[in-house]
Amino acid sequence: MSIAPDRLSPQQDDFYEALMRAHEGLSEAESHALNARLVLMMANRIGDLGTLQDLLESARGYSDG
Amino acid sequence: MAYDYAPFPYTAPPGLSGPEPRHKVAIVGAGPIGLAMAIDLAQRGIASVVLDDNNVVAVGSRAICWAKRTMEIFDRLGVGERMLEKGVTWKVGRQFHGADEVYSFDLLPEDGHKYPAFINLQQYHVEEYLVERAQEFPDLIDLRFKNKVVGHEGFGDFVQLEIETPDGLYKLEAEWLLACDGAGSPTRERMGLDFTGQTFEEQFLIVDIEMEDSPFGDHAVPERWFWFDPPFHPGKSALLHMQPDNIYRIDLQLDLDADGKAEATEERVVPRIRAVVGNTPFRLDWMSVYKFRCIQLDQFVHGRVIFVGDSAHVVSPFGARGGNGGIQDVDNLGWKLTAVLQERAAPALLDTYHEERAHGAAENILNSSRATNFMTPKTPIEALFRSEVLRLAHDQPFAQKLLNSGRLSVPCSLEGCALQTPGAAQIPPGRAVVDAPLAGPDGDSWLIREVQGEFTLVGFGNVTLPEMVDIRRIGVNQRAEYPCFTATNGHATRRYGSDMAYLFRPDGHVGAVFRHPTAAEVRTARDRALGTHLEDAA
Repeated sequence: MSIAPDRLSPQQDDFYEALMRAHEGLSEAESHALNARLVLMMANRIGDLGTLQDLLESARGYSDG
Repeated sequence: MAYDYAPFPYTAPPGLSGPEPRHKVAIVGAGPIGLAMAIDLAQRGIASVVLDDNNVVAVGSRAICWAKRTMEIFDRLGVGERMLEKGVTWKVGRQFHGADEVYSFDLLPEDGHKYPAFINLQQYHVEEYLVERAQEFPDLIDLRFKNKVVGHEGFGDFVQLEIETPDGLYKLEAEWLLACDGAGSPTRERMGLDFTGQTFEEQFLIVDIEMEDSPFGDHAVPERWFWFDPPFHPGKSALLHMQPDNIYRIDLQLDLDADGKAEATEERVVPRIRAVVGNTPFRLDWMSVYKFRCIQLDQFVHGRVIFVGDSAHVVSPFGARGGNGGIQDVDNLGWKLTAVLQERAAPALLDTYHEERAHGAAENILNSSRATNFMTPKTPIEALFRSEVLRLAHDQPFAQKLLNSGRLSVPCSLEGCALQTPGAAQIPPGRAVVDAPLAGPDGDSWLIREVQGEFTLVGFGNVTLPEMVDIRRIGVNQRAEYPCFTATNGHATRRYGSDMAYLFRPDGHVGAVFRHPTAAEVRTARDRALGTHLEDAA
């Protein structure tokens, strides 16, 4: 599992609030769809397959299942 | 031991038997804010009458976390050292998810400050110390307990108050009315001012227990512990603080639909506390169930009525931004009101009290609302993000920073506000004084002691201060005809640079900075800090 350096602070609270705002008023299904779109768009913004594969493995590594 | 709530004496006010001469300042409310306000004004030679409907200090510990900046202001008001000695000093906060510690923070990782990041001290002790300090100014502070203000009316350049006492009603007049009468401010209610904002539905149980053994376990170290989803209180949050006299504060989130009255009973509370502290013997000292709102008044200054502290703004308690915000209000208003009363500044200066402190209140509300939102997710998707942040926070630094159990009170920066002269420096104009130890002609001192109280020009290192008789000057790491100090362990010069002059306002905020100050420039900056340019614009 890769430990990434923190690049969000000191604006982490601004980001988190904006993220919650983006979901405001959506049904759960709509929120999951928004999350999926976000992942795809962020992947495109990152644009490096090696980085993306590392992220996928790391995130999966935290799964219960 | 349990606190002994000794009543303060009531004496029949002179206004009952005949009209009183008009007072300069009437302060409504003898809580921490009203008392600090009276002391601040008295130290500047301004007399006030303080009116309170009660005659004892606050019941229950209430506000317990006093931030470093507040302590520095209390230092100026003459009670800081006493509070520090009695209070519990802490600087480390630990956050737990379930039983696991996921992230801890040290709020003051560096040396060279007179006061720590935080002390915990019950509000009743703070009020007691402030009352005793106020009593040291018998000619300037007229403390009237059991004097309940039941009406007020503005008449241009004064306010008339109607006051109820055990001996009947009387009236008095004051040039300025400072409403320090708390979140439910009757003054504000009478004026019908809109006070609506975000109301949180969550309820919290707050309990003080007295216990010989520390619930912090083997460490016996005073810290701030916060749990997301603790094993002893599943699915909710919990907070633990230590206070003096072996008193511990436990704060537990309750169900949305919990019956507040039923929860604040011994039979409900004792099992909840047992779940936290186990079989250690304890005594219940105080308990209360609360909800909160985040609101601020649109305008803190209404003619001759000025709102200070909770009457002007309320926040959620997570972050300790209520009482600490209010003390910064006092710090901001005291010197400005004095300058207006002494005709060294126009009343327009008071508009900047609103500008600067409404900005501070908005910052406090933003931070405390965000903390509350993080702690109490409202929708399944908010809960999902929260739980994944907690999962990642076990080892990912970015997620540890996202954890939000309260962004703890830090001094408000007034950068960009009208009174500051724009400039660049390590501590830019608008920021509050950053303390540093000094060695001087009369022994060891602290920067906060040397610069707070009146306008002060400080030269750090290789900078020459101009000759001026109307502004206090001191030097750090230089030799001159004005008082000079050495920066102990280089802290002061490391924090401020070694070739800069800083003009501090009486509340310790930087008003202007200079590389090569001239007397004319310094006076212009001082006049700007007194609002002369606002007067011209009016």
